[in-house]
Amino acid sequence: MPADSQISRPPSRIQIATDTAFRVLCQGFAWLALLIAVFIVLKIVIAALPAVRQYGLGFLTGRVWDPHKKVYSILPEIWGTLYSSVLALILGTAFGVAAAVFLAEGFVADYAFALLKIFKLQFHPVWGKLPRQVDNLLRNLIELLAAIPSVVYGLWGLFVVIPLVRPACHWLHAKMGWVPLFGTDLSGPGMLPAVIVLSIMILPTITAIGRGALVGVPSRLRMAAYGLGATRWETILAVTIPTASPGIFGGVVLAFGRALGETMALAMLVGNANVISASLFSPANTLAALLANAFPEASPKDVGVLMYAATALLAITLLVNAAGAYILQRTSSDPEGSKA
Amino acid sequence: MRIPVWSFAAPVLLAAVGLMSCEGAGSSKQGADVRLQGAGASFPFPIYSKWFKVYSVAHQNVQIDYQSVGSGAGVKNFIDKTVDFGASDMAMKPEEIARVQGGAQLLPLTAGNIVLTYNLPGLTDLKLSREAYAGIFLGKVKKWNDPAIAKANPGAKLPGSAINVVVRADASGTTFVFTQHLSAISKEFAASPGTNDMPAWPVGTRSKGNEGVTASVQTTPGAIGYIEFGYAMTQKMPMAQLENKSGNFIAPSTASGQAAIASANLPDNLIGWVPDPPVKDAYPIATFTWLLCYKKNSDPKKAEVLRNLLLYCLTDGQKESEALGYLPLPDAVATKVKAAVQNIQ
Repeated sequence: MPADSQISRPPSRIQIATDTAFRVLCQGFAWLALLIAVFIVLKIVIAALPAVRQYGLGFLTGRVWDPHKKVYSILPEIWGTLYSSVLALILGTAFGVAAAVFLAEGFVADYAFALLKIFKLQFHPVWGKLPRQVDNLLRNLIELLAAIPSVVYGLWGLFVVIPLVRPACHWLHAKMGWVPLFGTDLSGPGMLPAVIVLSIMILPTITAIGRGALVGVPSRLRMAAYGLGATRWETILAVTIPTASPGIFGGVVLAFGRALGETMALAMLVGNANVISASLFSPANTLAALLANAFPEASPKDVGVLMYAATALLAITLLVNAAGAYILQRTSSDPEGSKA
Repeated sequence: MRIPVWSFAAPVLLAAVGLMSCEGAGSSKQGADVRLQGAGASFPFPIYSKWFKVYSVAHQNVQIDYQSVGSGAGVKNFIDKTVDFGASDMAMKPEEIARVQGGAQLLPLTAGNIVLTYNLPGLTDLKLSREAYAGIFLGKVKKWNDPAIAKANPGAKLPGSAINVVVRADASGTTFVFTQHLSAISKEFAASPGTNDMPAWPVGTRSKGNEGVTASVQTTPGAIGYIEFGYAMTQKMPMAQLENKSGNFIAPSTASGQAAIASANLPDNLIGWVPDPPVKDAYPIATFTWLLCYKKNSDPKKAEVLRNLLLYCLTDGQKESEALGYLPLPDAVATKVKAAVQNIQ
């Protein structure tokens, strides 16, 4: 074979140069992304330092936010942030995982297939594609929920969800007011409408990631379960979901992060009152909503205090993500199921 | 197989070039000789943008941009000299004015009422005594059939339901003026929560902006909240008649608001408030809003354009006020402000 044949030819100088340039470019962008994150955190923490020195840890444990008296503390906001996120996560996980199972197991596609079978069209070159198309349509519809702007969710909550849930809230408060969850009456914006809208906002994250994890479960596991005589539901509940649980959990952690930082819709729905109450119908406040509301007209002195609140929000988000990653690592290194 | 490197790199480079070429666009009026940039209060934004648009159309060489970023940010930008003029509903504090090199000239350009809007189906002419509405916002008057409210509304069917108070969640000049008034009529309110643009309200849910408060009041039976007169007018919201200092119940209107601001005693720096107008037919909550100008501008051409613009706002511009829900300045005030325009050099 001659030395200058296609296979044995060494790369030209231009190829080497472009290769290096591309690698450097990619590395540069990767480092840039990291640097920007570090830069943002540093800037916020530095801006918060004067307020941290002045107010100390009392800032995190007090209940009063009164610019008139220059007393600032954010316990109600921390409580509201965590409470709304956890409640939204419970609701969102229940519906999100259910939707993920529904999509991953191809229930709709099965119905479509059965329908086509009646007309003997199930292997038709055009109609035969229908089951898969229906599945894709449903998946895209749920992912479309993630594309709706936050402010639209807020308006929808204000004009649709609140009037919708008000009669039920009045009834619950009147009949079961002794339960702490229903301890106050809904007076418009409040925790419950905020939680309902927030859970819909985080649903696409849970469903998309959960579906990916469920689809990734090896089919031989399912076959083995069927072979042992398990029904479809038994297989889903006892084999598929436990096997996919690390992936589903990863989605839940991501969704929690999103719920903690959600701003606009919550600022419109949560009532923004500095109240700590277990009641679902009481107005509350969240850190992100406080920042959004107070920043536009903040005086230079207030900015430091708000930056302190922003640092607290950052810390909470970081803790949640770290805890999530830790639990994820523990469960995925678990030999049971996932290594089958 | 060789992978052509350019097929990866090209889109990246194209995107980078695209990003760079985007910069510098956005100026709507090319070749304008003078560009004035302002920022500040959102309350006068509708009338300012109308004035600046009319003036720019009449003067082809001038372009004026105004960003409604809020009074606090307006004052901050003005002190930092990142704008040619600022705007604020809360005027400026003396220590803030002292920080402006070369001096600041504050000019009241227009004024407005703040109204109480409510949601009581079937009731359109609610009257609120001072005791009643101060009590509502202190959280002391809790039910609509409270004697304090019923006394001023004989014969009206007041429900026994709870009063759902709605206040502004964001820091705002509107809140500042409203709490200033409440502090003037109630010693208890003055002590706490006091006059502030974002006070610690003892009661109620909080919504963002005029539009948020309006939406909350509209969708919540038994709600009451404070918003700007112009906004309430365009949204056709019911407005309560309030008891003024002389004990009369006055509905918010251009005439009753003008009576209130005419009673303002404007000092030489033109910063004057009417927290509680002592006039018999004045609506009790009205305020000026200020444009913040530098006394010494680096560019004499800019200063000249600004003076011209301000004179237009103070003469022909005032005729636009009423349709937009603002109060035209009383003649005596307009004359005083016109004289002060000459301080801008």
